[in-house]
Amino acid sequence: MTVTVPSAGIRLVDRFEQGLDAPICLTWELTYACNLACVHCLSSSGRRDPRELSTDEGKALIDEFERMQIFYVNIGGGEPTIRSDFWELVDHATAHHVGVKFSTNGSRITEEVAVRLAGSDYVDVQISLDGATAEINDAVRGDGSFATAVTAMERLAAAGFAGFKLSVVVTRHNVGQLDGFKAIADRYGAQLRLTRLRPSGRGADVWDELHPTAGQQRELYDWLVARGQDVLTGDSFFHLAAYGGALPGLNLCGAGRVVCLVDPVGDVYACPFAIHDEFLAGNVRSSGGFTSVWRQSDLFTELRAPQNAGACGSCGHYDACRGGCMAAKFFTGLPLDGPDPECVLGHGEHALDARGDVEAPRPSPDHSSRPRRVPVALTPGRRPGRQCDQSPLAGSVPDLGDD
Amino acid sequence: MPPTTTPAPGVETGASYDAERPYALHPQVSLRPESFGALAYHFGTRRLSFLKSRTLLAVVESLALQPSGLEACRAAGVPPEELGAYQQALRALADSGMICERVA
Repeated sequence: MTVTVPSAGIRLVDRFEQGLDAPICLTWELTYACNLACVHCLSSSGRRDPRELSTDEGKALIDEFERMQIFYVNIGGGEPTIRSDFWELVDHATAHHVGVKFSTNGSRITEEVAVRLAGSDYVDVQISLDGATAEINDAVRGDGSFATAVTAMERLAAAGFAGFKLSVVVTRHNVGQLDGFKAIADRYGAQLRLTRLRPSGRGADVWDELHPTAGQQRELYDWLVARGQDVLTGDSFFHLAAYGGALPGLNLCGAGRVVCLVDPVGDVYACPFAIHDEFLAGNVRSSGGFTSVWRQSDLFTELRAPQNAGACGSCGHYDACRGGCMAAKFFTGLPLDGPDPECVLGHGEHALDARGDVEAPRPSPDHSSRPRRVPVALTPGRRPGRQCDQSPLAGSVPDLGDD
Repeated sequence: MPPTTTPAPGVETGASYDAERPYALHPQVSLRPESFGALAYHFGTRRLSFLKSRTLLAVVESLALQPSGLEACRAAGVPPEELGAYQQALRALADSGMICERVA
């Protein structure tokens, strides 16, 4: 569209990088309890934390989401359905105009639950699967987890739930199975969702051996361009935009700007992949609640200030990839104002080699300590923008970053 | 080109919008005003759209009170030279189900 609309001269991405009064969507992890122990779990889940929010606190938080007009929350964990008040919280959310999409390993999707889910317009479900075969999946997610997920999908399909999500973290071992995942999704009337493996949580321990190779990243990108029209990506592959064209999505790091994470004990982090004191903005139990953390925390204020391209400043592709994923850099021990470890131009590999013996930060299990300052350099100027979009409507996106 | 500047892939354009007919926001859509315009979220399709001007928000909000999409634009003060762009925007919103024709 080429007709000028004067009020639409500023790029939306720039607006979003400056933050909004409320997140576009957020991830809310209900519990650290999980019946699985996936090797790449980004929240290092397993055991319930005794400080987890109570049912009443959860409902109050939902009420706050409603007041902020947050359209929907991505509920995860841990395995969120383990909480005995899971459905109570889901019902409270939908009754208060907060849509829910929850991630599950499928273990509690009984036939009754499937029927119930199929009957709700305001609840979406996302089944996690990290291999198109039991062999590949179970090596990451544990014995029997493939069969569990498939059973859940069969029940959802049988109940008539069309368009639930099949969610896959792309790894070195399953990147060759993309057609297989698509076939599984098609078989059950689901929509495939591919997201990036982050070195977050326990993912830090296995990232070196599981993250796709440079050649595989290219294959993934080409596959998404050729076959990914109806495949969701949670905006998680924007670092691949430097290959030549952006994939569907906002294509920016939304951390603390348009998305965030509320963890089971109420700690608010910049994004689901950044559970570390460095990215802890505050707690929903504090006096001003979630609203105050979102709008006034020092960390989020800083993330919304203009960022320095740093070592990427001289790269002609910076405007496409925006320097990549903050969490991926942080947990691989790279500076935040440099290349993503999976930079498609190979700068990340060089940076990883140049780390020497520097220890990468470990995910912090203690959510109660004060946030440290995020070492991002700040500059007053902004980079020259891409050509301004001049349509009053800026298209739509189906899926924003979550886990 | 980033998809935030184009209609979503797979969305047909042009078939579902008639500037002379009456429209309304789809009952499953919520609008959240923003400094740049508004966010629109469809709870049925789970799609999020970005309205990039406050004027477009005013147009969409007034659709249900106006006899046609075109009249809604005029009533919201869209200047004549921009009517085309706003009709395109309404067409894209109709194609994605964010607005729908109402029984007059």
